[in-house]
Amino acid sequence: MAKVTFVTHEGARKTVEAAEGDSVMATAIANGLDEVIGECGGSMMCATCHCYVDDAWADRTGAQNDGEGDMLECAASEVKPTSRLSCQIALSPDLDGLVVHLPEAQI
Amino acid sequence: MLDQSSRVVIVGAGQGGLQAAMSLRQEGFEGAITLIGEEPGLPYQRPPLSKAYLKTGVADALTLRPETFFEKNDITVLSGIRVDEIDRTAGYVWANGQRVDYDHLILAMGTRNIRPPIAGVEHARDLRTLADATQLRLALEEPRRCAVIGAGFIGLEFAAVARALGHDVTVAEAAPRPMARAISAQMSQRFTDLHEEMGTRLCFDQPVTGVDADGIHLPSGEKVAADLILLAAGVHPNVELAESAGLPCDNGIVVDAQLLTSDPAVSALGDCAAFPDPRTGRQIRLESVQAACDHARKIAKRLVKGDADNYNAVPWFWSDQSDYKLQIAGLAAPDDDAIVREDGAVLRFAGNVLTAVETINNAKTHMTARRLLAQDVPVGRDSLEQTNYELSLQ
Repeated sequence: MAKVTFVTHEGARKTVEAAEGDSVMATAIANGLDEVIGECGGSMMCATCHCYVDDAWADRTGAQNDGEGDMLECAASEVKPTSRLSCQIALSPDLDGLVVHLPEAQI
Repeated sequence: MLDQSSRVVIVGAGQGGLQAAMSLRQEGFEGAITLIGEEPGLPYQRPPLSKAYLKTGVADALTLRPETFFEKNDITVLSGIRVDEIDRTAGYVWANGQRVDYDHLILAMGTRNIRPPIAGVEHARDLRTLADATQLRLALEEPRRCAVIGAGFIGLEFAAVARALGHDVTVAEAAPRPMARAISAQMSQRFTDLHEEMGTRLCFDQPVTGVDADGIHLPSGEKVAADLILLAAGVHPNVELAESAGLPCDNGIVVDAQLLTSDPAVSALGDCAAFPDPRTGRQIRLESVQAACDHARKIAKRLVKGDADNYNAVPWFWSDQSDYKLQIAGLAAPDDDAIVREDGAVLRFAGNVLTAVETINNAKTHMTARRLLAQDVPVGRDSLEQTNYELSLQ
């Protein structure tokens, strides 16, 4: 189990429990974070699960996967160095306490 | 347009039907929304059924939105319920003996598998629903000789998973090449090579003539022995409900560029809708998550905000087979020209106009193509020729 804190564009914080192995995207949707869409279900086809990993965690979530940066170029909101597709971050005990920020828009 | 006391009924609780409900709420609609689906449970994703789910078996990961989402957004879900009739004059549907009134009706009934008139076809399984996929997964727990009828996306995705698990796999296809409706001959060849390298046997120009409990018969006279037979020969749009309500149907429920049927109180979306191709004006029907979701968003904008723009989203498709991710941006006709770039990307052209880009494991080119094709000005072959078919956003 890992706790994840989502911070919306408006600054609202929500901390939820995630199952190990679940993606940050799936965790957001399962917990009612409507700011994450995940239209393609984690197939890296749509860039609607864009998130910004909190600076304190950016090293631990690892680098973008192959093609992830190319998808992010088409994201609806500003792309930053900490931008990730949240479907590509799998949760593990190492990431317990992870904080991600959600963009203003996904489409 | 709807007012806040309007009632919207959505028939079909797949990804498109759900998206319509979600988009109506996102656009600010506060009236009643009823989502009616034939399958049990909450709306789920279909694409992974022939991909990740076959490998992992994690059904929870397929659920599109949790129960709490529907409560929070006040969306009534009637699942496991078949709609029997639409009364357009009185404005209601009959759902399993229950009358559900609407001010606007959205038809999102999707497709069902074609079961061709082949002797013994009842021995072949389908891969369409979560229940189908769960049964197939169970069947794959012991060594199998699999025969797949149809080398389309579903048949080949299944073949790739089954073969990777060590099963013996033969695919029989009536056409001369795989995925012939969707991709160029050049791209087909790469997938033929991939599957053959994996050890799958592919039989083209072989419309299956018969099915037994223990195999399939090919026109060549050969019988392919099999103890797991999958029928993946395409789908048929679910139009009967609309047809019997007097709505025009022609390879799908006919809608205009607003996704509206001939009845101003009835829209249709996704795999069951035949809509005008924004580029050619031709009536087309797409089988894709993209079309279902983009149609749904468009309908919601029209109903809630009065948006009158014509639907113009760029189609995109994908298929995962072994370590190949096939991505298609745009929509090519089967006889559109194909130019193969050095990096393997295939550009399709109708005359001078770029119609589609097919790539394998090349997200950058795919996404650039999607953005290029979304521009108002067509992308010309003559100008691309000068840059060695390199795609770039100006």
